[in-house]
Amino acid sequence: MSRVLADLLSRPAPAPPPRQSVTARGLVAAAALAVVFAWAGRVVELRPLELIRDAGNIATFLRGYLHPSFAHVGEYGWQCVVTVCIALWGTALAIAVAVPLGLLGARNLAPHPLIYHAARRAMDLLRAVNEFVFALMFVTAVGLGPFAGMLALGVHTGGVLGKLLSETIESIDPGQVEGVAGTGATRLHVIAFGVVPQVTPNFLSYVLLRFESDIRSASVIGMVGGGGIGFYLWDTIRSFNDREAATVILLIVAMVMCIDVVSARIRRATI
Amino acid sequence: MIARAPAVVVESLSKAYGATRALERVSLTILAGQFVAVIGRSGAGKTTLLRCLSRAATPTEGAIRVEGRDIATLGGRALRRYRARTGMIYQQFNLVRRLTVMDNVLIGRLPHTAGVWRWAALARCFAPRDRDIAARALDHVGLLDRAWQRVDTLSGGQQQRVAIARALAQGPELILADEPVASLDVANGAAVMEALRHGAAGAGLTVIATLHHVEYARRFADRVLGLAEGRLVFDGAPAALDAAAHLRIFGDSAAARAVREPLATAEWATA
Repeated sequence: MSRVLADLLSRPAPAPPPRQSVTARGLVAAAALAVVFAWAGRVVELRPLELIRDAGNIATFLRGYLHPSFAHVGEYGWQCVVTVCIALWGTALAIAVAVPLGLLGARNLAPHPLIYHAARRAMDLLRAVNEFVFALMFVTAVGLGPFAGMLALGVHTGGVLGKLLSETIESIDPGQVEGVAGTGATRLHVIAFGVVPQVTPNFLSYVLLRFESDIRSASVIGMVGGGGIGFYLWDTIRSFNDREAATVILLIVAMVMCIDVVSARIRRATI
Repeated sequence: MIARAPAVVVESLSKAYGATRALERVSLTILAGQFVAVIGRSGAGKTTLLRCLSRAATPTEGAIRVEGRDIATLGGRALRRYRARTGMIYQQFNLVRRLTVMDNVLIGRLPHTAGVWRWAALARCFAPRDRDIAARALDHVGLLDRAWQRVDTLSGGQQQRVAIARALAQGPELILADEPVASLDVANGAAVMEALRHGAAGAGLTVIATLHHVEYARRFADRVLGLAEGRLVFDGAPAALDAAAHLRIFGDSAAARAVREPLATAEWATA
């Protein structure tokens, strides 16, 4: 045995301070969680057995999707392009909304606590209202079509990106900002030189992630009149036009996968 | 030597943080072109004195006259104008790490931009004169060949020299250095002190630096200020720093004896 261990073991055994028992609290928490889930299961009418009983019906329904029809594939393809354009401009609008809100909503940059809280609450509002709700509003304002969809995506995503930006700004190294401010530079110069270089990589990565998410949202926003492939998805499913619906779904899956690959490439190249 | 005007006049300066009195009625006059070292134990008020001079902190009482003007109560635009003429060197360099060496030095020119160049600077576009000044300042600290490298690829000593170039590019009357060499090893510390001295020499630039090691003060300063418990307890030439003065500034403890000891001598050769 090593000398150190022998020495340690030669002394009288110390009694560690008593440890608080956590089992009782853990049991109570588990029981509470079980009650909540049981109740919520009743609310959502959880009936797993029906999935098995009606398996035959489901199979019949799905069979229609095994033979996609390519009769209107050109039109659907074009609508996919429209969808990507909605997401592109929606994300661009989101950046325009997020940058001022994010700057004002960062505790370490806000010129006044009132402005900070106003910006924070504005971003909360934009995030709380789903893009589909915004789409319904914009459809009444500017009419059916991709413009309404793009506005809805931009406004909602603007709130999300603004929140992410303000939190990124709050976690920057204050020393680098102090170094710029110490030269007597104006507030705008301090932001451009002390803040922007520190937050750009993170912000860019958030923008790309939200662009991917906007593509997925744009592919269904047509259901509420926001333009793009979503209208055809809704129309073909609702009319039990299974073969057409299958084509639309395939195209959406292909589009989302392509965009994810492209966006991953951009992220690797820039960050 | 030519008769020199006082560059900084401190009159009965006090600074309290709550109940803690960090500075207690400190009065001193610093002549233009002097290289002044401020020494003392940690908590003696060195940094507080410097923060009052740079107006990172506002004095509780007393006046600070720089070039004849009381800066103790400046605010807003007047404070920015004062900072534009005052170079700051920080212990942690406070450079913008993701920007190039050149961009960091150009930050020193930001408050001096005017007209369209003020806006162009937001896109990191600078007037030929500003770029010329920045290049000369970089050359002065011997780092012109690193101009396009990112600052975070440089060593600590090189980064601190970039910070000196940034301060010189401001065209300052006064440079305030808060523990400029505390984060550096002896060789790099000596190189930085040399760059600071070389930058100040000939230009009639006043330098006030807090230093943690007496040896640096002895070697580089024209004049040494010793602070203990917020009071000025020593003011004189480095040669006058005898054992009695040392006891007054640092007291008597093992730590106090350690700061007196000469630094490892071989490294001084590089300076």
